[in-house]
Amino acid sequence: MLDKVIFFFFAGVAILSAALMVTRRNAIHSAIFLITTLLATAGIFLQLRAEFIFIAQIILYVGGIMVLFVFVIMLVNLDVALHQLKFSRQKWVALLVTLALAAEVGVMLWSSRGVPGQGFLLPSAVPAGQLPANTEALAGRLFDAYLLPFEIASVLLLVAMVGAVVMAKKRT
Amino acid sequence: MNPTLHAMIAFLQTWWVELVSGVVIVAVVPLITGYMVLMERKLMADMQARLGPMRVGPHGLLQPIADAVKLLIKEDIIPDNADKMVFWLAPVVSMTAALTAMAAIAFGPAFQVARDINVGLLFIVGVSSLGLFGIVLGGWASNSHYSIMGALRSTAQLVSYETAAGLALVSGLLLAGTLNIRAIVDAQYNSGVWFGFLAPVAFFIYAVASIAETNRAPFDLPEAESELVAGYMTEYSGFRWACYFLGEYANMIVVGAVATTLFLGGWLRPFPRVHWMNWLDAVPALFTAAVGVYCVLRAGKQPARVQIWFMWGVALACFVVALPLGLPIVTALLKLKFLPSGLHVAYLFFMKISAHIVPGLHGAFWFLLKITAYIYLFMWLRFTLPRYRFDQLMHLGWYILIPLAIVNVLAVGVAMILELQYGWNRWLALIVSTVLTLSAALFLLRLNDKRAAAATSAAPPEEPTTEDSYAG
Repeated sequence: MLDKVIFFFFAGVAILSAALMVTRRNAIHSAIFLITTLLATAGIFLQLRAEFIFIAQIILYVGGIMVLFVFVIMLVNLDVALHQLKFSRQKWVALLVTLALAAEVGVMLWSSRGVPGQGFLLPSAVPAGQLPANTEALAGRLFDAYLLPFEIASVLLLVAMVGAVVMAKKRT
Repeated sequence: MNPTLHAMIAFLQTWWVELVSGVVIVAVVPLITGYMVLMERKLMADMQARLGPMRVGPHGLLQPIADAVKLLIKEDIIPDNADKMVFWLAPVVSMTAALTAMAAIAFGPAFQVARDINVGLLFIVGVSSLGLFGIVLGGWASNSHYSIMGALRSTAQLVSYETAAGLALVSGLLLAGTLNIRAIVDAQYNSGVWFGFLAPVAFFIYAVASIAETNRAPFDLPEAESELVAGYMTEYSGFRWACYFLGEYANMIVVGAVATTLFLGGWLRPFPRVHWMNWLDAVPALFTAAVGVYCVLRAGKQPARVQIWFMWGVALACFVVALPLGLPIVTALLKLKFLPSGLHVAYLFFMKISAHIVPGLHGAFWFLLKITAYIYLFMWLRFTLPRYRFDQLMHLGWYILIPLAIVNVLAVGVAMILELQYGWNRWLALIVSTVLTLSAALFLLRLNDKRAAAATSAAPPEEPTTEDSYAG
């Protein structure tokens, strides 16, 4: 009961603020609603007892990426940006992508029907008290079963970081 | 009764402790921040050979309440060209973030709102960092140059120093092996030493970075009065300004609590496993009783009747706390066994109560004492050191603290391998790691000096060496 209330609350907030984020003209307002969306998503993670992912979402997306977003928005000249037309040339592409995503979700839901909690897409539910500690479980999977992809992703991020530093550096 | 009411009652039965603790935090923290401001002003006055606030209450003890009333009834000004919604929202964000982060702090073994959150430390760090949005949005919404400059500086500073603070925390977490607040303190109890002594460099880096994160001198560039009036708060007044202030001071408590939990042994008393130091357990009772006695002695000398009542009230509160704390110690000292039967019932009753609440009160006493000491250090530094320049600040963060923190993480890891796999003595391993980190620090400093020397010899001296557009 409480789980459901919490889930629908966060899901509603996420969807509503996502819609508001797309429709606001002011870039800072959009950023605020994006932050709300991300926080509500984090709330859903917490409702699913994925504590580590909940806090990683807050620290990385809200506390890191969105801060830089807002920083950049404040640095660019907003008055010019506000007077420009919304660039809506991508309308048809966007529609196509949206349809493709909707189809994907539909196929997923359809293929997992009739197997509540037992299908390959939905692992069976575990009672809340018996869950292993989330951080340890995640670390175990990352450094055990998925070590190679994890390392590849790390190296990729490192390369991207070094690349960003090199590109931002003043050429003398 | 209808099912909704039943569900609500069941909900309250499960969660009433958490709900009440949350209300206590929201209610008490503003009061504490008010007295932190008083403590800061008194300390500043003392260091500058003045008296500080003396008028309201004995030695200005009621000054915070007068200040709060003043702020509440002040005219609330919103600039015409401000973005009203964001202007309203920003201080609330700052305050809420700091207060929410307190949910996971364990003030003693018994008082913690989010009791079984497994990522407690990350929760505190992550949620309190959201307060940054309040600063940024407030600065932007004010539509003023000073405000936006302050906000930009603040963002740059906080993002940089959060990295250093996070890496310093990683070193401590390596020693603890968990993110759970209680488990961290238990790990320090089991190892018999505070992690601040095992990883002194990490503690130092965290202390420096946390000063920068709370925007305090010598790193208070976002609100440098001589350059930016009051930084992001320039356009704020009255209650909104008070919200910012509350958020800032609550953040100091949060930072102090993180440092205390991870590096200073949390709610453990000094030397928790040394038996001949057990007399330290009497300190909380003696301390509260002494404060009560002092209040009684001073009560008669107050000029106004309100102040006399206030002193008596404080004394009474102190004695109420001291009674359960001191009763077990007194009975143990006097070897009390037999009492008149009427007294005996009362005695048993009190002993039962104190058995329940004494561990929590002891923990809270030591925890708050450590936080206070940490905040005292902050204030001491504020009145001692001059303010940094913005490029010096960024330089210190990026060129010294962050590399040092990375080296320290590696060094602590090496020390743990040496201890666990090669059977070294723990202290030897950690001394090796500290020496390793400190030599890296010396190397960095030399590198810096060389770079600075090269910069001054290459560039003509009147050209500024920085090109931060938001430097001042």
